[in-house]
Formats: sequence, structure tokens, C-alpha cells
Amino acid sequence: MNGVHDIGGMDGFGPIHREANEPVFHEDWESRVFTMFVTGAGLPPVTGYDGARHRLERLDPVKYLSSSYYERFLAGMESALIETGTVRLDEIEARIRQLAAKPDLPMPRREDPAVAANISALFRAGNPASRKIRQKPRFAAGDKVLTRNLNPHGHTRLPRYARGKSGVIVAHHGAHVFPDSNAHGLGENPQHLYTVRIAMRELWGDSAEVNESVLIDLWESYLEKDKASTKSRAQKNTGARKKVAEKTLPRAAKVQARTASAKRSLAQQPPSPTLTSAGVAGRAKTGRTRAERGSAGGGRGSGRTTRRNR
Amino acid sequence: MSDHESDQGGHHPRPLSSAALRAKAIESLLVEKGLLASDAIDRVVEIYEKDVGPLNGAKVVARAWCDPGYKRRLLDHGTAAIAELGFGGLQGEHVVVVENTPKVHNVVCCTLCSCYPWPVLGLPPTWYKSLAYRSRIVREPRAVLRELGLELPESVEIRVWDSSAEIRYMVLPQQPAATANMTEAELASLVTRDSLIGVARVEAH
Amino acid sequence: MNSVHDIGGTDGFGPIHRETGDSVFHEPWESRVFGMSMLGAGLAPIPLDARRHQLERLSPVQYISSTYYERWLARIDAALVEAGTLTRDEIDKRMQMFAAQPDLPISRREDPLRAQGIGNILRAGRSAARKIRQQPRFAAGDKVVTRNLNPHGHTRLPRYARGRRGVIVAHHGAHVFPDSNAHGLGENPQHLYTVRIAMRELWGDSAEANENLLIDLWESYLERDKTAATSRALKNPSARKKVVAKTLPPAVVRSLARSRRGLGKTIRRSR
Repeated sequence: MNGVHDIGGMDGFGPIHREANEPVFHEDWESRVFTMFVTGAGLPPVTGYDGARHRLERLDPVKYLSSSYYERFLAGMESALIETGTVRLDEIEARIRQLAAKPDLPMPRREDPAVAANISALFRAGNPASRKIRQKPRFAAGDKVLTRNLNPHGHTRLPRYARGKSGVIVAHHGAHVFPDSNAHGLGENPQHLYTVRIAMRELWGDSAEVNESVLIDLWESYLEKDKASTKSRAQKNTGARKKVAEKTLPRAAKVQARTASAKRSLAQQPPSPTLTSAGVAGRAKTGRTRAERGSAGGGRGSGRTTRRNR
Repeated sequence: MSDHESDQGGHHPRPLSSAALRAKAIESLLVEKGLLASDAIDRVVEIYEKDVGPLNGAKVVARAWCDPGYKRRLLDHGTAAIAELGFGGLQGEHVVVVENTPKVHNVVCCTLCSCYPWPVLGLPPTWYKSLAYRSRIVREPRAVLRELGLELPESVEIRVWDSSAEIRYMVLPQQPAATANMTEAELASLVTRDSLIGVARVEAH
Repeated sequence: MNSVHDIGGTDGFGPIHRETGDSVFHEPWESRVFGMSMLGAGLAPIPLDARRHQLERLSPVQYISSTYYERWLARIDAALVEAGTLTRDEIDKRMQMFAAQPDLPISRREDPLRAQGIGNILRAGRSAARKIRQQPRFAAGDKVVTRNLNPHGHTRLPRYARGRRGVIVAHHGAHVFPDSNAHGLGENPQHLYTVRIAMRELWGDSAEANENLLIDLWESYLERDKTAATSRALKNPSARKKVVAKTLPPAVVRSLARSRRGLGKTIRRSR
């Protein structure tokens, strides 16, 4: 969602204020809110942190920008509890009035020694987002990619400032839970995750500072191959490309692999207006991506091919 | 936040909001320092409350509906054609009129602030200046228009005009069928501000 | 500047509320703020571009939590204090006075000449059009790409429309250039164009169908769309010639045809 939270590149928020010896929590209530938020208190676990993040994004923009960090957590939690019917707004308001009238009213306590004992183990175990999936990664380190111009009204982790930009894959992290889906209770639908390097100049144009880049972690469906680069690389290097292809596979396998990989990549890709059967056939003719060459040669083959291309 | 005077006793007028107090404070200080004239302020307010308004634009539209030559001039050189009817001035120095047809629907906005053709429409309504309209009309105009009561099928092209420079846009709405025999004055009375912005059709009533 | 005012395409502002009734101003103070602003509010005159930029520089929270005229009021208030015309203390004290006595009238000063004159000034308007010597770089039908400009100062190229491909649909001559004029760097007029950009180009696959944005952009916001140019030139040299011939004076067309570069080549080939 293009919410005000998506703030990369925004002007007007002034200098960065730094507090000397900043305490972890400025007020007691912040520590209580943090704990409730992080342990998902009273909320169905289905959407996890992705859903919680999206809830924050959906706060009223004025509220979002004028709240402190933990005020936002509190507001987000409150909206979740009300939305799920766990607590009603009138209950919260009545309790607020009660506490305002009698600030020393003791907090009710409920003891659960088993949960308390388990907390530190829970925190140490964490909640890894990595998953195993059968699909092979479409990209590999060194690939030139273009971030897509996605503008979902729902949750996404592709910020506005980084859409439609060309960059380079610098790392592949295996597959991770996909937030755009998970935040809405539509399932984890893990996808391959990559770190992409984008030059500052690419993001901001001529007014960018020099010698800088952004490294950002993006899921596979956020990315497309950068056709503009590929073409120029192919145009410059058809001889080299042909040599590599000839080196890697026997002739018959090459022909077979070409058609098979074209079909596979068609199945993997999200629907795109630029993807036509003619385009796919064309790509299969002029050359395959590193991933396609690798996958045609078998799982281990991709690694060897990549190294050889360097 | 409103500032309440506490215990003055007797007659309590409605407490002034903080903005009202600040506006009053600034006006009175500037007048006292000779930097502003009260009657000049009155005159400006009067012009924009009474002299200019969407009735001007309605007259332009009615004339265009009745006079094909005028319509042609209006679409080719909006500012000059509008001036023929005696309208013009600030925030209307460069007017372009865009015509709605059965195939094309135009709607006007200003995402960056609130630009609007004052001489023919008056000052913009709050909703036009709202963050909600400014943010959404360029993103999903068909959905926004539906919310505002105008349903347009996908076969109708929607053109959203973002007034980013000093060109000011006004829509020439389609003349409703069953109004062919109306006089120009009667037609003008049908044309609403909303239809000149492009968020409504003109109805025959 | 990429501040919150640049709000095209931002989600979260909810449904559009429409007020009932036709009143131009909802509160009397709004009309006074409007009137004062139109009269210059006791400030040294600055161009409209600069006034717009002052509004953009309100703090983001203030900007989005204020009503329209609250922003105008905040701008005047800040500008008067910054200019030293009024002090913060003066304003606060006067506010307290009116809070204590809300019925107290504002003192008046009459200036009939000014009151009469302002009507004429408003009626005359203030055109942003200027004559410049440079020929326009683009013409109707040209495919362009909007540049990815991210100035910290004033600009009228919104974020949502940067780096997008579009088509020139009109040329308006040259207009005062806001990016420069807002900062007291001169009017520096540039050719101004209306550019059509498909909604899909702006928003990707989730755009609604059959929609276009039309937006007015200055020449320095635009580049030729190189990816489109080659295919168009190959497909339509005679159409291009017609567009060129319409927009440029005949003498210029002839001199371009004589030169061996760029447009000249295309025109020559189609002859």
C-alpha cells in the first residue's frame, strides 16, 4: 500500500534528533506495549508480523505521522483487538476512564509460569521466515534486474522509491515467506528472496550523492530481468555467449533444454503484459538466462555455469 | 483545540477556535500597523463569494451547447472564448476546456495543491482540495467517480487532468438528451459545478 | 521537494467527504485569511511559486492534519514572524485578548482606492506565459520520458509521474519556470507541454483500464523517449514531417532540412 509509512526519499521531516544515553523504553507503558506486540498477545497468529506491520500501515495517516513509535504499536494493537472482536472499543474506553479517575488502581495479574519460563527460549528460537520450495530461483548473483512498478493497495515490501529501477542481484537467500500474501492471511506462499543493489543515481537522478548504492531485499515477483541490459550484453557478446553455451551442454541437450526451460520460465513468471509467446520463443533462441542454463544442466550445474561465466 | 474563556459570566458567545483567534489577531495587528485595509479585505471576499462562481462556467457551457461556432472557439482557445462572456482573471489566465463525449470522460484535479479555474468556477470546494481526492483521483479515477455517484463503464476512456502548471482546466460536459429545446438560460441552470470538474454528468432534471 | 504535499497515488486518506451546502467559506475567519492572503498579508511580495513552496515546507504532520485555510494561516503566521513584521509574542497576546473578549471587533482601516483597485488586479490576473528565443524541443506526437528529478526545492513534477513514458499532446509556449522562480532565482521561462501518460504506465498491472493522465510539464522535466523514437522514425517519417512542419516556422524547417543532422535527415529521406 502506498501509505505514508512508505517514507523513503520523503523531505520535510527535519534533522535527525539523537538522545544521549537513550533508555530502551522512555516510559513503562512502552515496555508493556512492546511485549504485548511482540508476543502477539490476544491475536490470532495467522498473519504474524506481516499482518501486524500492515495494520500499522493502515493507521490513519495523521495518527501515523504524529505518533511516537510505541504509540503506533499501541494503536495498531488496539485496532487489531477490536477488529478481531477480542476487545471492544467501549470496553477499552471504559477502562481508560476508570484508570484516569484512579491512576493507582492495581493492574490485574494472571500468572502462567509455563509461558513465562518459555519466553526466553521463544526469543532465542525466533521465527525464521525461510522456507524450502521446489521452484528454482529465477535469478542469480550478477543478474541485472528491473524492479517492477507494483502498486498494490495491500501490503508490500517494495517501497515506492525503489519501483521501476534497474539494479543487480548481489545475493540469493533461498525462499522466504511472502509478506504481500501472508499479511492478508492468504498463506505464506514463499518465494525466492534476493538482495538487489541499486545505484543512488538510479533512484534519485542527477541530484543524488555520488558513489552510493542502496541494497534492498526483494522477493522474486518484485523483479524482472532487465531486458535493456540483457540486449546490450547479448549484442556486445554474442560470440562469448555462444561459446559458453557450446561449452556447457551437448548439442541435442541444448535444443531440448531450450524448449523445456522456456516452458518452465513461462510457468514461473507472474502474468506480465510484456510476456508473449513470441517473446519467449525469441529468448529461447537468442540465449538463456543463467538460471535456465543451470537448471537445464541439473541443480549443481547452475553453480558451475555461473562460475565459468565469470 | 478551542480556547474557552472561563468565567466571564452572563452572555457566552461560541468560543473561538484557535485558528479563528489567530486569524483575528493577525488581521487586527496588520490593520493597526497600516499594512492592510479592512475594506480591501471585504472586497476580495465579496468578489469570491458573489461575483465569481460556477454560474459563470455554466453560462459558458450553455453558450457552447447552443452555438457550435462558440463551442469550436471555446475548445480551441478557452481563455479568449470565456472572455467573450466577460469572465476572466486570476487563476484563469490560461484556460483549456476539455470536452466530454460518449467515448471520453474528463476529470480535473491538482494533486500538488488545489489549482482550479477561479474565474469560471469560483473557489474550489473542500473535497476537491482534500488529501483524499488529490491522492486517489490519479490512482483509481473510475472507483473514485463511482463513489462520488458517477458510474462509467470501462469502454469509456477516462482522462485525468493534473493541473501542475498555470493551465486551468474546465470540463465541457455532454448536453443531456431531452434538453434540445431549452433556452440558453434554462440550460445554464442545469450545469453544476461537479459537472464542470468532471465528477458528475449534467442531468436534464 | 518530496514532501507530503506530493500526494498523488498515496493510500490511506479514506473516502472523499462531500460537504452539503454551497458556502465558499465554512467559517468567517477563513474568508479573512483568504482576503488577507490575496492582498499580500503585509509581507514583501513573492511569486505564487514561492508561496506554494512555503506551504510545502510546513511540517508534514501540520500539513496533513490541517484544513486548507489552516495551512494558509500557518504560512502567513510563520512568514510574518520570520520577516519580523509581527512578533510571536504580539500575536499570542492579541489571541489571548480575543479569547477573553470574543465579541471585541477588529479595528478597521479604510482604503477605498485599494478596495476598488484590488478588483481590477484580480480581474486582470497574472499570466505566466513568456516569450523566449529558444525553439521548443518537442512537438505534439513526440514520445517522451519524464525525468527522475528529486529536487529538495520546489518542483511541479510529482513523484508518481517521474520516469514515465508519455506522448506530447500540446505545446503551450513558454511559461515561468516554478523550480527556479520559487527560490528567487529568476523566472527562467521554459517551453511547457501537456503530456499524456497511460495509467498503466503510472501504476503497473493494478491500474484501472482505459485511462490516461494528462499533466503539464516543463521542457527540462522531459527527455526524448529513445526506445520509442527508433521504431516511430522507421514507421512514420511522413507523419513526423507533418508534425514538425506544423510546429516550426517554415524558415526553421528549411534550415533544418539543409543541415545533415537529426530532423534534417528524416525530412530529406521522406522527400
